[in-house]
Amino acid sequence: MDISLVFLAVLVLAVLGMQVGRSRALVAAGGQVRALHSRVGYYGAFMALAIALPAFMVLFVWTAAEPAVIQALVRGKLPAAIQALPPDQLSLVLTTIENLAYRNIPPSQSQPYLAEAAAQMRDLRATANWLMVGVCMLVAVSGFFLARGRITAEFRARNTVEAVVKILMIVCSSIAILTTVGIVMSMLVESLNFFAEVSPLDFFFGLVWDPRFAGAARADQTGQFGLIPLLWGTLFISFVAMLVAVPIGLLSAVYMSEYAGSKFRKVAKPLLEVLAGIPTVVYGFFALITIGPALRDIGAVFGLDISSTSVLCAGLTMGIMIIPFVSSLSDDIINAVPQSLRDASYGLGATQSETIRQVILPAALPGIVGACLLAVSRALGETMIVVMAAGIAAKLTANPFDSVTTMTVKIVAQLTGDLEFNSPQTLVAFALGLTLFVITLGLNVMALAIVRKYREKYD
Amino acid sequence: MEMARTMTETKVAGTAPTEAIKFKIKMSGRGVNVHYGAKHALKTVDIDIRENQVTAFIGPSGCGKSTFLRCLNRMNDTIDACKVSGDLKLDKQDIYDKSIDVVQLRARVGMVFQKANPFPKSIYENIVYGPKIHGLATTKQELDEIVEKSLRGAGLWNEVKDRLLDSGTGLSGGQQQRLCIARAIAVSPEVILMDEPCSALDPIATAHVEELIDELKSKYTIVIVTHNMQQAARVSQRTAFFHLGVLVEEDDTANIFTNPRDERTQGYITGRYG
Repeated sequence: MDISLVFLAVLVLAVLGMQVGRSRALVAAGGQVRALHSRVGYYGAFMALAIALPAFMVLFVWTAAEPAVIQALVRGKLPAAIQALPPDQLSLVLTTIENLAYRNIPPSQSQPYLAEAAAQMRDLRATANWLMVGVCMLVAVSGFFLARGRITAEFRARNTVEAVVKILMIVCSSIAILTTVGIVMSMLVESLNFFAEVSPLDFFFGLVWDPRFAGAARADQTGQFGLIPLLWGTLFISFVAMLVAVPIGLLSAVYMSEYAGSKFRKVAKPLLEVLAGIPTVVYGFFALITIGPALRDIGAVFGLDISSTSVLCAGLTMGIMIIPFVSSLSDDIINAVPQSLRDASYGLGATQSETIRQVILPAALPGIVGACLLAVSRALGETMIVVMAAGIAAKLTANPFDSVTTMTVKIVAQLTGDLEFNSPQTLVAFALGLTLFVITLGLNVMALAIVRKYREKYD
Repeated sequence: MEMARTMTETKVAGTAPTEAIKFKIKMSGRGVNVHYGAKHALKTVDIDIRENQVTAFIGPSGCGKSTFLRCLNRMNDTIDACKVSGDLKLDKQDIYDKSIDVVQLRARVGMVFQKANPFPKSIYENIVYGPKIHGLATTKQELDEIVEKSLRGAGLWNEVKDRLLDSGTGLSGGQQQRLCIARAIAVSPEVILMDEPCSALDPIATAHVEELIDELKSKYTIVIVTHNMQQAARVSQRTAFFHLGVLVEEDDTANIFTNPRDERTQGYITGRYG
């Protein structure tokens, strides 16, 4: 019997149980709904949960554990000589048996014990399958009867159901949190592996990025892993991006919130936010195909040598991408400045521009700074645009017409292609990722703290 | 139609010859109508506001008294859906005329709001904001003088003279409201409009502000909107009663509270509705 069929059967039983729970509760109350502790629906939900939850848990655990258990049983029956093999070869044998048993792929060298073990594995699996169905249904049915027995007029079905739902919500949110923790931990562990081979001093303060290929560097040299050129490239491009995004975003926010009529605003604001919805890879080839060559041609007119992948090109494109962040957040923050302050200023005979410059912007400034910091952290982590528009040469240069590279580009470069995960050449990606994570996390925390502090002021 | 007639009678009675000689008219409205979109918020209001007196607007919520107050310095301009028609004059000059600069008008007709709204700046900055934008003072010394004069005028000087650089939002509610009054008089207006200036204050702070209003009337013409009829009786010389967008009755305060002509006024001041 298939797992999805068992799943379906339990569901059907749960729906059935829900109906039984409802009618049973009504009977227990003698038809008087008011005599019940909870609304009728909660008794039904209680029954459904009591049937489905334990059965699903059994199903889940069983499905997860079955292959390992079967493998262990089969391994125990293998000839002693095979069992004595080293672990990696033994697992190869087991894979061969599995392939033969389930997928009917004949082994490269036919051995009598292989066919025997495969047959045994098939038998075990069939038995396990039936056992699983039996246990699941047993759990579901016993859940049905146990729950039904508990239903009386005084039974607090609502509290029970709500407690279960609360636990479900806790499980869901802890999955999200645990995933984050897991990612950070794995980055941390891999980074530590990296720092075991390359000194943190060389990484954080090294001025040269030259990791070499893993294969070529095997013998004596491991390459150099200086973070500084990459960090510089990242910061330089983000700086150019902010030079573009902050003035444009801020002025458009001021226009949207203070000057634009409500009709114009209703159309223009979503349109501006569409910019945020464009995939960054599209911005990337926009930069590569349009902005880069255009900049090069314009530079040529003035006798400037602008490389087609340059800080300027990547920064401009990224700046355009970030405009909606800055403008949308700033717009919200400017709108949060109380109308009473505007009234006070107008009431004193201030013009609109005086009011904006001397009252609204100063009041909104902390929030705007917060919005800009959020935009910076977005710019630092941006990958696709810089991969296409900034170049791959790790240079320490202050020339915005030259090409540089960023941490994200190098993470991509170190982790694509054929590679092995135990050389510093690949592990450095984790160290870079961790560094980037710490920087953006710091910025985000700072930005949120600033925004929050500002919000409290007017509540 | 009937309402209009009542009002005409009121006006004739209110502007008896002897009084008209004694007092100069500072602001006047004739046939003022205000629409908020489809809503007719003020219906053909005729009123005279006398110089160096306190005129109180009373009436139930939504009766149009604040709306009319905001017409007097064109604060309603900031609301898109609001349309004002009719004749509003300040010193015989039409304030809705195209030649009038609303910025200049508001410098002459200041406003104090229901909720104290100091800027999140220092007390000093709050006061000099208006004089600076109107170019009333250029040197630090002149500004200092204006700050002291305005704060003294608002009865706040002694309380804050040692902390002029502290934030205006750090003051107590009553002090904040007096700071707003000081801010309004810093630009030397001729008329001060007050929109329920005491509704968010405790009785002691209210008494302070009321005393202040009484002192201010020697220099300024004051119009105050209030929900508190005792307050209207205490501080004002003239009282106008608004009801459902209509100016029902306008008269000497003593007359309104002792001998109202209209039964709606009587109903309101005796607490039968409102």
